[in-house]
Amino acid sequence: MIKLSAASRAAFLGWLMLGAAMVVVVGPFIWIAVASFKHPIAILSGTWSFTPTLDNYTDVLLSKRSDFLAGVRNSLIVATVSTAIALVVGTLAAYSLHRFAWARWVTLGFLGWTLAFHMIPVLTLVGPWYLAFKQLGLYDTRLALILTHVSVNLPMAVWLMMSFFRDIPPEIEQAALVDGCHPLSAFWYVVLPLVVPGLIAAGVLAFVFSWNEFSIALNLVSQTNATVPVVVAKFAQDYEIQHGQMAAASILATIPALVLMVFGQRFIVQGLTMGSVK
Amino acid sequence: MTRPGAHRRGFVEALNRTFRHWSLLPAVLVFALLTAYPIVNLLRMAVSTVEFKDGSEIWSFTPQRNWSQLLADTALAPVVVNTLVFVVVAVAIEMVAGLALALLIGGLTRGKALLRTLMIIPILVPPVAIGSMFKLMFNHDFGVFNQLLGYVGIAPVSWLGSTSLALLSVIIVDVWHWVPFVFLILFAAVEGLPKEVLEAARVDGATRGQLLRRVTLPLLMPALTVALVFRAILAFKTFDEVYLLTGGGPGTSSELLSLHLYKVFFEQNQLGYGALLSVFTITGVLSLLTFARWLTRRWALR
Repeated sequence: MIKLSAASRAAFLGWLMLGAAMVVVVGPFIWIAVASFKHPIAILSGTWSFTPTLDNYTDVLLSKRSDFLAGVRNSLIVATVSTAIALVVGTLAAYSLHRFAWARWVTLGFLGWTLAFHMIPVLTLVGPWYLAFKQLGLYDTRLALILTHVSVNLPMAVWLMMSFFRDIPPEIEQAALVDGCHPLSAFWYVVLPLVVPGLIAAGVLAFVFSWNEFSIALNLVSQTNATVPVVVAKFAQDYEIQHGQMAAASILATIPALVLMVFGQRFIVQGLTMGSVK
Repeated sequence: MTRPGAHRRGFVEALNRTFRHWSLLPAVLVFALLTAYPIVNLLRMAVSTVEFKDGSEIWSFTPQRNWSQLLADTALAPVVVNTLVFVVVAVAIEMVAGLALALLIGGLTRGKALLRTLMIIPILVPPVAIGSMFKLMFNHDFGVFNQLLGYVGIAPVSWLGSTSLALLSVIIVDVWHWVPFVFLILFAAVEGLPKEVLEAARVDGATRGQLLRRVTLPLLMPALTVALVFRAILAFKTFDEVYLLTGGGPGTSSELLSLHLYKVFFEQNQLGYGALLSVFTITGVLSLLTFARWLTRRWALR
């Protein structure tokens, strides 16, 4: 037997873990993708040799019984609008807390509240939201989802933007103010361009959270305003479970995540790991 | 007569003067209206019964009734136990696996970027899609898990339909979903370890075990804490996957706290009792938060 040095044994183990991790992470997607091209009989028999079909996809996307495309429309509207609002409101609040000398209790109170709210299971608040939106006539509207998604995403946006603002040397802003720049112009022309990566990271994360969000959408809207997760869940929940459609819908719902991974990877990693390094 | 533009300039000046205040205001409003007000309402609901008649709400003051519902809720004890088991077991496995992956892959020279890319996928995929994927894979008759068991000669197992395995199956899915997140955080920290310190310890004759225990792990402590706290919070809130995979069943064998709240609120339509449960949940979470802060402060002082 060949005797390996400790270093090369660790490297071998590393490569082994790398391979195993890839199989474990990617395997389920491949299995589901394969299943999504199968006829019901091929799925039930568990065979690997089958004639591929697009029936499941056409059923999910085009059939009259399916709300998938309406769900995509609702999800896009809700995710885009709520992300935009959360970004604007969150960035302003983060800048205000970072830049202006607020009393300690204001800063601590605000950040403490966002932290506490972030930790509470959202289902404790869906009940009161349900009652409030019913009273306001906003139950079963996209606006109800937009408002709640903004409040859920706001803590993340504030924290992320604050840590980006902290990275800007104060001299840059001071120089602008000394040169006669107004506070607002200094913010808009000097500070904001420096935190564009932060805006992208917060935006991508907020969009993904909103696109994926299920427990609020399940309870605050019904069929016509249902988002993609609610529609996907219905394929798995209906009295007669439709396995092929379930697989196809899961794959379709995953596409935005894959697109974001390709284009926004740097920003996502930065957003997700922010704070752990500092 | 004022010159055109003077009016506008006055407005911009006012904006500048009050920038400090109006920049924080929208966020405060959002939190006041969408989180603080609902929590106040929750307290009101917790001592009431809310019913709907002809489209209008009827509130009645029934603190006794809600309290006795809490005492009569036989599902509550198993739900609390399930949630604790779920959080502790799932998060422990995720921390250990994530750390092992980060350390081993941090030592590699190539393939890191590819792996990091792959590891982002499970974090970004809708939890509902993950739930429905694993529901197919756990299927008794054609699921991939039983297929694999069949290859090594083990009879098919009822992953989601047996009281002993349902919670474990949910934990398996959670581990698959979140090990990548722990890995990403710890991997970033491993890449940022000071090479000179590790090298110095090695030169001084530290064994691999000593190096890990005395140098690497202490240096990774901040990242480990962040990963642990984030995961514990999220695991405690888990809803989507359980809702899809088992619906809490069979019986209450895999029912977690969030799912129980959902059932009380929206399946049994008990808004009053649901609110009481929510108040207890929020109180529990906040006292944990306070306790954790107190603990870290004591730690820092030492």
